[in-house]
Order: sequence, then C-alpha cells, then structure tokens
Amino acid sequence: MAAERPDARPDPDALLARVEREARAAARGRLKIFFGASAGVGKSYAMLEAARKMAAQGVDVVVGYVELHGRPDTESLLEGLEALPPRRLPHRDIELLEFDLDAALARHPALLLVDELAHTNHPGARHPKRWQDVVELLDAGIDVFTTMNVQHVESLNDVVAQITGVRIRETVPDSVFEAADEVELIDLPPDDLIARLHEGKVYVPDKARDALRAFFRKGNLIALRQLALRATADRVDAALRAYRASHAIAGTWAAAERVLVCVGPDALSEQLVRRARRLAHALHGEWLAAYVETPHLQRLPQAARDRVLRTLKLAESLGAQTANLSGDHVAEELLDLARQRNVSKIIVGKPARARWRDRLRPSLVDAIIRGSGDIDVLVVTSEPGAPVAPTVRLPKRSSRRSAYLKSLAMVLLATAVCAVLFRVLGSTNLAMIYLLAVVWVAARVGRGPSVLAAVLSVALFDFLFVPPYFSFAVSDTQYLLTFSVMLTVSLVVSDLAAQGRRRAAVARHRERRMRELNALSSELAGERLRERLVEILDRHVRGAVDGDVAVLLPDEHGRLQDPGLFCTRGRTPTPGQQNWFPVPGNDLGIAQWAYDHRRSAGLGTDTLASADAVYIPLKALQRCMGVLALRPREPRQLQVPEQMHLLDTMVNQAAIAIERVELAIAARNASVEVESERLRNAMLSAISHDFRTPLATIIGAATTLLSNAPGGIDEAHRRTLLGSLLDEAERLHRLTGNLLDLSRFDHGKPQLNKEWLAIDELVGATLAHLAGTLGPRDIRVEMAADLPLFPGDETLIGQLLANLLENASKHTPAGTPLEIAAHAEDDWLHVAVRDRGPGLPAGDANRLFEKFQRGRPEEAQSGFGLGLSIAQAIVQAHGGRIEARNRDGGGAEFAFVLPLKRAERPTHE
Amino acid sequence: MNEPSPGIVLIEDDPQIRRFLVAALEVHGYQVHEAPTAAEGLRLVAARQPDLVILDLGLPDLGGLEVIRRLREWYARPILVLSARTREQDKVAALDLGADDYLTKPFGIDELLARLRVALRHLAGRQTGDAGGRIEAGNLVIDAAARRVTKGGTDVHLTPREYQLLLALASQRGRVLTHRQLLREVWGPAHVESTHYLRIYMRALRAKIEEDPARPRWLLTEIGVGYRFADPE
Repeated sequence: MAAERPDARPDPDALLARVEREARAAARGRLKIFFGASAGVGKSYAMLEAARKMAAQGVDVVVGYVELHGRPDTESLLEGLEALPPRRLPHRDIELLEFDLDAALARHPALLLVDELAHTNHPGARHPKRWQDVVELLDAGIDVFTTMNVQHVESLNDVVAQITGVRIRETVPDSVFEAADEVELIDLPPDDLIARLHEGKVYVPDKARDALRAFFRKGNLIALRQLALRATADRVDAALRAYRASHAIAGTWAAAERVLVCVGPDALSEQLVRRARRLAHALHGEWLAAYVETPHLQRLPQAARDRVLRTLKLAESLGAQTANLSGDHVAEELLDLARQRNVSKIIVGKPARARWRDRLRPSLVDAIIRGSGDIDVLVVTSEPGAPVAPTVRLPKRSSRRSAYLKSLAMVLLATAVCAVLFRVLGSTNLAMIYLLAVVWVAARVGRGPSVLAAVLSVALFDFLFVPPYFSFAVSDTQYLLTFSVMLTVSLVVSDLAAQGRRRAAVARHRERRMRELNALSSELAGERLRERLVEILDRHVRGAVDGDVAVLLPDEHGRLQDPGLFCTRGRTPTPGQQNWFPVPGNDLGIAQWAYDHRRSAGLGTDTLASADAVYIPLKALQRCMGVLALRPREPRQLQVPEQMHLLDTMVNQAAIAIERVELAIAARNASVEVESERLRNAMLSAISHDFRTPLATIIGAATTLLSNAPGGIDEAHRRTLLGSLLDEAERLHRLTGNLLDLSRFDHGKPQLNKEWLAIDELVGATLAHLAGTLGPRDIRVEMAADLPLFPGDETLIGQLLANLLENASKHTPAGTPLEIAAHAEDDWLHVAVRDRGPGLPAGDANRLFEKFQRGRPEEAQSGFGLGLSIAQAIVQAHGGRIEARNRDGGGAEFAFVLPLKRAERPTHE
Repeated sequence: MNEPSPGIVLIEDDPQIRRFLVAALEVHGYQVHEAPTAAEGLRLVAARQPDLVILDLGLPDLGGLEVIRRLREWYARPILVLSARTREQDKVAALDLGADDYLTKPFGIDELLARLRVALRHLAGRQTGDAGGRIEAGNLVIDAAARRVTKGGTDVHLTPREYQLLLALASQRGRVLTHRQLLREVWGPAHVESTHYLRIYMRALRAKIEEDPARPRWLLTEIGVGYRFADPE
C-alpha cells in the first residue's frame, strides 16, 4: 500500500515546506548529534573518529571545544586536528575555560566540533547555553558535530529524574534536538558501560565510584538506554513521515491534534507542561499552554505569579504557543480558547484537595469535563510528594481598616435612624433599615466589612430594638431568620459587587490596552516620516513600560547608529525628558546582533541576558528596520508575557509602518525615475523635431543659393531665401538658449546673483531686445509710479520677462495687442503679461508650466514649450509664484509675484 | 577711399567663425589678420599694431581675460570681445578690464559693424581731441562746456550727479559702460558695488530726458552688464 502512485501529486503546501526547508538547510550549517544514553558510552570518541575521517577526506575540520575528562584514548584522537584555543573568562580568582564562539565564527571552518551540547556557559559568554552558540554557528553556515545524552532532552527531563532520582539542570530544547540533520546513537550495553567505568575509562578514577553509586546503577542505565533508543526512533519516524509527505505516499493521516494544557500557580504545572509536550509530540500535533488569571489569582503573592510566568516560558521554550487569559471562570475561558483553537485534548492537573470541598463546590476539573463536549480531557494527578502551592491569604490592604470603620459608621447611622423611628415603625421595618446599611456596605465597601456590618446589625438590633430590650436574649425565634437573611444578603451582595468591580477592572485594563494599540496604529498610519514614526513608537513604548527607550536605526550599510547621534540629529532631548539613553559601545554590539539575527537579545532573553536592556528588532515583512532598546526600571516587567506581547505588537506595527514609509519612498524614487525617463524621451523627440525643421529650411535655402540655376536666381528670390536662412538660424539659437537654461535649472536651484533691480527698466530693456520678435504690435506698458527696487538676478529676471513676452507673441496672432503691467502690493511685486489671443487651452492651466507642454498640440509653433517652465523655475528660485489664467474679454494672462524684501521668504512647495 | 583701410587682428579659435568674419570684414573694407590662439594673437598685435582687436573670450591656450590684461599693458586701442552665452560673468569682467565693447554669439554682421564703427570713432576722437563737447541726440542737446542740457530747446534741470551720469554715458556714446565703471566714475571707487544708486538715478534721468521713460530711446539698459547711450545711427 505504500507503493508510490503516479497520479497522486504531493500536497503543494507540504512540497513548498520541503523546498523551503531544503533551501534553508542549504544555507544553514548541518548539525550532527552523537547521542548517548549516559556519559561514558563513547560519544566524544565517536565524534572525533568521524571528524578525523572527514579531515582525511579534505574537509576543513576544526575542534571548537572537547571535554577530555582525562581520557587518554580520546586525547590521542585530537592529534593532528586544528583546535581553537578556549576563551579564558576571569571569574573571581580563577580563570574559566569556555568555548570561544567569536573565534569560531571568525575562523569559519566547514565543520566544527563542539562537545556537550547541553553545557551551561559561564557568565560573561554571549549566550547562557552552549546549544545557543551552536544555533548561531549553524546560522552562520558552519556544520557542527556535537554530543549529548538522553537526560538532556528537555521533555524527557522529568522521566529521567523519576528514573534516576537526579534532576538534571542542563537541558537542550527538543526543537534543537529535532532540528538536527542527523542523530547518531552511540549505544553501549549497560554491562559494558559498567565495565568501562570499573576500568576507569569513563571518569577519573577517584570520581568514578561516587558517580557509579549515584547514577550508574544498572537499572538506571537500562532505562536510560531504552529512552535514548526511543528518542532516536521517534526521530527516525519523523524523518520517515517527512519523506512520505514529500513523495506522496498515501498512508493514514491523522487529523492535526491540538493539545491544550492549563497552567496554574502550583508546582504541578511544570510537570503538566512537560507531559503535554510529550503527548503533543507523540500525536505529532501542536500544543498550547494557557493561564487564566482570575481575580482570585491576581491576589497571589509575587512568588506564585513569577512561577506561573516561568512555567509559561518553559512551555514556550518547549514549543508551545502560550495564552494569558483573564476572566472570572477558569473553565469557561479555557473551553472558549479550546474551541477557538480547535483543541482536541485538554490536559488538567488534579490538585489534592479535601473531598468535602469537591462536594461543596465542583472543582475546576469537573467544570471542564462538564463543558468539554467532544474534547478529550486528560486529568493528571500530582506526583506524590510534589509540593502544592500553599493557600495564599489576601495581602493586607492599607484601605482595609478604613473599610471596617466605614462599615461600623454605617451600622451606627442605621442605629441612630432606628432610634429616631423606633416609636413610629414596627421592629420588622427597623430590621429593613439595618438591612439597607448592610447592603450599602456590601455593595460599596466589600465582603469582610459587610459581614461585620451584618453581625453588628443583628446584635444591635437584638440588643436595642427587640424585646426584651438591652439584652441579647431573643424572645422570639423568628429573629434568627432575620439574622440569617441579613448575613446571606450581605454575602451575596458583596460577592456580586466585587465580581462586578473585578470585571470592570479587567475590562478597563483590556480597553486601555486596545486603546493604546489603536492610538498607536492610527498615529503610525498618518505619518510619512521615518523619524516621526520612531518618535511615536518611542512615546507609546514609554507609555506602556516604565523605563528608558531608544530606537536604533541602521545606516545604509546595515550598521546601527548610536542613538545619541540619532537624538542630536532627529530630535533634541529636552533636559527634563530622558526618553533615550546612551547605549554603550558594548551594548550597541548586542543591538547589532539583534538586528542581524532578527531576534531579541539582552535582558530577559536567551542571548546576553546580563545586559540591563532588552533589544527588540523592528521586524517588518521584508526586512528588519531597526532595533528598539528598552531599559525597564523594573526588569520583572518584561517577564509578563502579556506585556511582552504588547511590546511585540507595538514594535511590529511600527516596523511595518516604517517599512511602508520606506517602500513609499522607494516607489516615489522609482516613479521619479520613470518620470525623468519619460521627460528625456519627450525631450529627445522634441529636439529632433524642433531642430530638424529649421535645419531643413537652412540646408534647403543654402543649397538653392549655391546651385547653378539655369537663369541664375533673381534678386527678390535670393533675398527671400537669405531671409529664411536667417530666421531659421535665429530660431535654432532660441532653442539652444532654452535648452541651456533648462540644464541650468535642472540641477537644483541656480546660483542667484542678486542685486537691487528696477522692474520698469528691465521691462523697457526686454521690449527693446525683443523688438524684432514681437513685430508691429500695440504694446501697452503700465508701470505703477514709484515702484520699489526688488532683489533679484538681473539676467534671470530679464530672461523671465523675455520668455513670457515671447510666449505671448508666439501664441497670439500677429498684430494683436499685448500688455505688460507691474505694481507693488504689500511685500510683493506683481507683474503681469496679458494678451488678446485665443486664451489658455482647456484643462489645468498650471500644466502649461510643465516641461515639454504646448498649449495646443496642433499648433505649428515650435519651441519645446520650455519657455514657461524656465519662467516658473526662475520665479520659484526667487521665492515667488507664477500663474496663468484666462482674461475677461478673451486672451490669457501670465502673472507672477516676487518678494520685495531681500530676506528670502520660504518657498511654497 | 584714400584713407588706409583699418587693420584688425581677429583672435578666434573656431575656424568657421574665423572664415565668416574674415570674409565679412574684408567685404566691408577692413584689413584682417587672423590668429587661432592667444599666443599667436598677442604676437600678431605686437607686430601689426592694428587699429582694433576682436577677441574671442573662450580661447584654448590662455583665457580671454588674461589676453586683455596683457594687451592693456601696452596696447591702448579698442578691444572688442566676443562671448558665448554661458560666459556672462566673463563679459562684464572683460569690460571692467578695459575691453571697449562686447558681442554675444551668435550675432549679425550689422551689429558687429556698428560696434566697430563706434569703437573706431572713439579712437579717432581720442586721437584728435573731441570737438566742442557738444552732444546731440534727437532733440536732446548736451552742452558739456556750459554744463547744460536741453530737450526740444527747453532746459532740463538735472542734479549734479544726474548730469555726471548722463555725461559719462553720452561722452562714450554707443559704448557699453559697466555698472562698476559708471559707479567709479560718478560716485567714486568706494561705491562700485552700489548698483541700486544707478537704478534710482537712471530712472530719474530717463523721466527727465526720455519721451517714453518706460521704453527709452537713448539711455539703454544692457541686461546684466550696464548701460549704453544709444548711437544716433
């Protein structure tokens, strides 16, 4: 049945995953683990032997770190292999030897040997654990050989502890073990191992006996061997499944299983998490760990809450998704989550509790089972002897005493009212007044005070208002009922009120979070500048976490910039507002690491946890946009998963916003390029057309004049030909002049040679200059009296006037009148050139100022249409504005304003 | 024509322009010696002692301005400079260094001939001494000896500075004078940068002597360079 069916195509998603995995594997280094049931089976020996073989084949093999434990035969294998010197870390008086990660990365061999994957690094190393060093080596593309024992597999930690009675602190996450490209089981039968031990081949002799007694019992070794074999077999199974999926081999395919484990504040939870991991793994499913924070749990002491956080972190490190829920009913919240996430199995612990309590109130387990429907529920009992979290009393609140005083005051008030109304009302109704007081206290003050109020009320009522007066003796048993009603009412009301208050508090809390995130995303959405986005993120993070914040942005080479530099450039920190902190050079390295590896580093993370700040990369969809540095005033803040999720969400939103802005800039640059490309093409075609026309005339006229016409060329024709030669040459001259000006303005703002100018003088000079071009026209010049001088570049302003006049003459019939007028108003000089021609073409008048625009495409007039765009460039360079509009009564008006003061006004761009 | 034809040294590197200028000038009765480089030009001027030098500012071996500076050390006759449009600053610098007039390429031959005549007339005037100090332009008469200006027979009242400015331009009639040259002559060397004086005084002067001050007939503005008193031609 496992035959490959030719028509069965592999699932595309699975295939894609395989391709991605293979692509990743190609870039990553390969990890081979020499896996053993216990120390002494010969892992290091096997690893070195394999390495020697590789070296003999010409592979670049380097020994990163090998623990020798004084074993001579192992030591002999090291000979001839290149070894990295260990890093020496000063620790108090001694020097600790440690694997030198940086040296290994710098050396970058093809294959590196790093012994003891589970080793815990000495303080001062980059990562707390050696397996993290190895992951970094693999990421850098270095193949790694390493060794580990079965007891170091995180999820088997409990089992090993149960078998051997020794709890191993040094563990390796299952994900690392599973991600290994190859696992070679180094198997040695227990008897042989014990024999080796006796021969002193395992540890140095004087240590061997202790080790033997504590750990190397034959029973232990058999169990461990079994575990190791099973773990290896599981891996083989996984590899087989991957193979089957990729080669479309049909087989039973279980629906994806999802396991949910409920985490509580007790010690049982950690075991639960490990068990859930094993179950999920066995089912090849995913798993989730959830913690429901009820108002009751909120009042737990810090130690218990920390334990919950630790447990969740453990679950995360074992590959679980974690959820931190809050609500009143644990069972309901859990079941909601389970249904949302399609959970197939729920694991809950069964805490030890007295049977009577189960009778009185159904336990969590019962509640979950009752509501579970088709979800399987696995109830796990606690390990005998495992410490169960002590019941925790409410911490005393400072307002407690005043609450009781309030309750006392209310009862006394009720008593006073009753005393006044004693004669008027019956004793039953007096009880109602007391009840009112009790209800008020229950609703407003709390449970304890309301119970006090109830007791006091009954006592006082009985003492003062129930015959026999001034005695607690109760003549009538019905008052017992009054008492119990009051007590019940006080308890029920206070509970309801407290629940309401808690719900409101939870809702408020959530709402605040949501508001915060909404505000952030809407602010981010409206911003176009990277610096402003960073500022927004900075502000919101400071709002969410009490501490110092800095955002480090990379330069174009991907090196992060000192935020101090960034601050002085981007924003000026005001003295009272310490919103950034100088990141010391060393820490800048951590930030760079976080940026390069796109993983958080520093405080509270796996990497360089000794730093006093956490560095979170701004991961966007395509790349990393920078790093957020956060130095919380209270480091514990970062352990709350919810808080970290909030931070992550904020950072991600900001990263995506920054990426959006950068993409927009890139898109704009691209479109500018397209635009300038379009312009270049338009210009080339315009040039070739506009140059070719006059050139045709010139060449034609010149050849005619030179030709030997039979009868000769008469004088009249000769003059006509010469005239057109001249006209066309002048036309070419104007075209080249315009192109020259254009090139001058295309390279940014032209250098202005400013002096004080008189517009009337320039108008006069320009008109005289253009006398030939303008032809016989009625030109009215309207210059206001006492026009002030204005600052400008004389040549350019002359050019501006000439371009506008030429434009007017070019687009109006010969002989139509022109007007040129100037006056000063406020601080502006207004100049207008008006004609009585056909007016502006329909559409956006300001498009006329764009390059290579002609008013009417069908017009025979040539000239690139550059004149107006040059005019606009000149006006803008002087800090002015130019506009075109149609005149009343026909014709067009081109009007510009220039500032009169020397100080340049801001341009309106 | 019994007078010897005026000699011109043309220093210009472009052969096409040289060809056209030599042809045009010889047609109009000038004797032209051409030089394609500054070094050759300087040698030729020293050897021929021409009446006038036409100098292109954009020479490959030595800057045109440097040629003027060297020529002016020993050569007092008119220098007419030819400049391209991109060299507007050079044009003014050339005039300030002592060139007599300029033409921007491309130009018509009529323009060139007019400038040549003006320059040669001034050369002649300088050599023979000006007759009478009386300048007429249309109905405008400037009597330098009497320090009197009349327009259509009636007196025009000018302030001393206005009169100085008018006389500076009119006595060099047809020639362009740069802002610096005018400012130095009228206001003194300390005020060569104060172009706004010129603007104000020119406006006042035009209002007094021009028929239509907005489109002046006599006091012409050379944009970016200076002023010129129109030649009667």
